[in-house]
Order: sequence, then structure tokens, then C-alpha cells
Amino acid sequence: MGGHLNINHLMFLGQGALWTIGLSVIALIGGGIVGFGIALARISPLKSVRIASAVYVQLIQGTPLLVILFLGYFGLAAIGLKVSSLTAAGASLTLYVAAYLGEIWRGCIQSVPKPQWEAAEGLALSRTQRMMKVILPQAIRIATPPTVGFMVQIIKNTSLASVVGFVELMRSGQIVNNSLFEPFAIYAIIAVTYFAMCYPLSLFSQKLERRMGRGRSNLAPA
Amino acid sequence: MNLQLDFPAVLERWPNFLGGAALTLELAAFATVLGALFGTLAAVGRGSHNALIAGACKVYVETIRNTPLLVQIFLVYFGLASLGLKLSAFTVAVAALTINVGAYTAEIMRAGFEAIPRGQIEAAEGLALSRLQIYWHIILLPAIEKVYPALTSQFVLLMLASSVCSQISAEELTAVANYIQSDTYRAFETYIIVAVLYIILSLVMRAGFWGLGLVLFPRRRRLGTPL
Repeated sequence: MGGHLNINHLMFLGQGALWTIGLSVIALIGGGIVGFGIALARISPLKSVRIASAVYVQLIQGTPLLVILFLGYFGLAAIGLKVSSLTAAGASLTLYVAAYLGEIWRGCIQSVPKPQWEAAEGLALSRTQRMMKVILPQAIRIATPPTVGFMVQIIKNTSLASVVGFVELMRSGQIVNNSLFEPFAIYAIIAVTYFAMCYPLSLFSQKLERRMGRGRSNLAPA
Repeated sequence: MNLQLDFPAVLERWPNFLGGAALTLELAAFATVLGALFGTLAAVGRGSHNALIAGACKVYVETIRNTPLLVQIFLVYFGLASLGLKLSAFTVAVAALTINVGAYTAEIMRAGFEAIPRGQIEAAEGLALSRLQIYWHIILLPAIEKVYPALTSQFVLLMLASSVCSQISAEELTAVANYIQSDTYRAFETYIIVAVLYIILSLVMRAGFWGLGLVLFPRRRRLGTPL
């Protein structure tokens, strides 16, 4: 038992919080890139690509993140790769985030009004041009609020990386707790820290959603 | 890269796996029923004219939705312990999951309530239905019917999230897996089997909710899909 909570413990927790943010950014960027590919694959003209990406999404969404983390951690080791817990956690979170962002973004791409697709086709734009110049710019607008909302899920879910030994906020809290044994106080501090990271994003997402709603109703025919 | 998988060594522990899966379903079932009740109450509370009740419900929903389940589980676990309550890991897990899913259910139910047209409530008042009758027939049941697909997805997610309860050694599927992998030294195989079991469990739950939807809402035969 190492006395009371002091500035060193708080510094250690702060370092953990920084790693939580770091891991979240890695998961968001990695998951975003793969997820964008998934979103496009889900609406591909090729049936085999559509089915393969749908199976991927179903598999990931039917498995708990904790199990995906264990699979990443032990799976990479099983194929003989010596990886750090950061690599394992980053890779697992990327696969997980990609499935969810892929589905969110597919919905956004498909919610661009049908006449826009038809008009782009009527202008003899190629499939790539239609996507890049007509559909995606509108889809990005629609996708922004749910994507910001999902970032909250990413931040919260990085707490599970503690289980494979990655020292982010949750794990650093457990380590501090091992020396002080004041679990309730320490986990309360951790909860408040997570809240401070997530709540602004939640509010921002809600604000964006309201703004979008107003924008859309302005555009709607009288 | 030499991957050698030895499934038989792990698969011979199938009774343990099945026991864990059964406990995961049990955990999910308890938390689903309690969380649905708790969440509906919180959603009603948020619409209350009493600012104190409405505020408290809002704080509850926002706090839970912006903190990780893992932290909530530990807080409930140590919180109940520091109150002197000695409860089993299973009870703590049910309590934590109920509190967690209640917040999400509350938001979904609120969306359902907001989707009820004002005119229908006024019409019911015009027909001299009692307040309780209006709440039950005009507001609650149609709201549940509207958000049923979102609710069922939330409860499937809850079942998957219950894996986190392995961290307080509730003996559900993931905890069983942790035990088996440390016993057999076959971690990768163990978690592959566990992933497959979770996928089966989520398909079973979806099919169950879909069937339940057909019974509960006979007017909407196309409600949701089994997958």
C-alpha cells in the first residue's frame, strides 16, 4: 500500500489519458481508411465483392470487441509475429472500427437522393467521377454527425485494450490502484476523465445533427 | 510464419464453452428485461414536467453514454463492495449491464415517444380514454413498435458487451475462454471458437427478437429481418 494519491499518480493517469487519445486516433484513421473501402465494397457492382464485405461486417459485428482484441493479440503471436500490445490493439481496433464506420458510411452514401445518381449518370460521368464529384461531397456532409458520434464509441472502446496489457487510461488506473488500493476513488477519476473526453464530442455531434436537420428542411420543397 | 492450429485439444472442453455461452445468454436475458424497464422509466422521466426528475434522468443517460462499460462495471463492483454489499459476480454483472443498457434504451424510447403524432393523443383524449389508457395504448405500445428494430440491435450489442464482465470473473463465455486458454496454451484456437459462439449467439438472439416481433406486432409482418 503506497500511501495516498499524489501528483505522480495523477501524472501517470494523465499519460494514460494521452495514450487513450493516441490509440483512438490510430483506430479512427486505420478504421476510417479500411472502412471507406468496406463502404464502397458494400455497394460494388460486383456481387462477390458485395457478399465478401457483407460477411466481413456480419462477422465483426457479431463478435465482441474484447474477443477481437484477444484474437489480434494471440493471433499475431500464433503466426510468429512478435508485436507490441500497441500494434495488436491498433490492428484489432482498426478491424472493428472499419466494420462499423463502413456500415455508417454505406448508409450515408446510399442516402444521397436517387435523382443525384441519375443526373450524374445522365451527364455521362464515369462511375469514378460520379462518386468523387457528385455523390461523395454530399455523402460527407450527411456522414459527419454520425461519424463524430461514433468517435465517442471509439474512445470508450479503447478502454478494452487495457485487457491485452496496453497502458492507456484504464490500465494506468488499474496500475495506480494496485499500489494504493482505493478502487472507488480511482475509477471515479477515470470515469470523469473519459466523460471529459467524450461529452464534448457527443454535444458536437448533436449540434451538427441539429444544424443538418435545419439545413435539410430549408431545402425541402414547400 | 508457421501457423499450427490444434482445435481438437481445445474443442474437447466443449462442455465448458457451452456452459459459458449459456451463462452469457442468461446474463443478456436478465439485463435485457431489467434494462428495458429501467430505460423506459428513464425515458418517461426525461419527459417529466418536474425539472428535477427530468434533469436527473438526463444526467444519468449522458454519464453512462459517455463513459466506458469497463469503468462502469468496476465502479459498480467496488461501489457495492464499499457499501458492504457482498454480491456474486453474476449479480454485479447484471446490475452494471442493466444500468448501462438502460441509458441507451432511454434514448431509443425517447425517439419513439417523440415520433407519436400529437393528434393521436388529442384524438384519444377526445374519445375520453383515461390517462393510463392513453399512455399504454396510444404512446407506449406504438412507440415500442416504432423503435423495435433499434431496441433489438441494442440488446444484441448488450449481449456482446457482456463479454467485458469476464474482467470481474463472472463465469460467462469470455471468462471461460480466458480460463481454457491459460489451461491449454491454445489461445488463438480458443478465441476463434469463442468468436464463432458469439456470432451464433447473436444470430440466435436476432432470430428470437424477429420471431417475438411477429407475435407482438402482427400488423407489421415485415418488421426487421432475422439477420
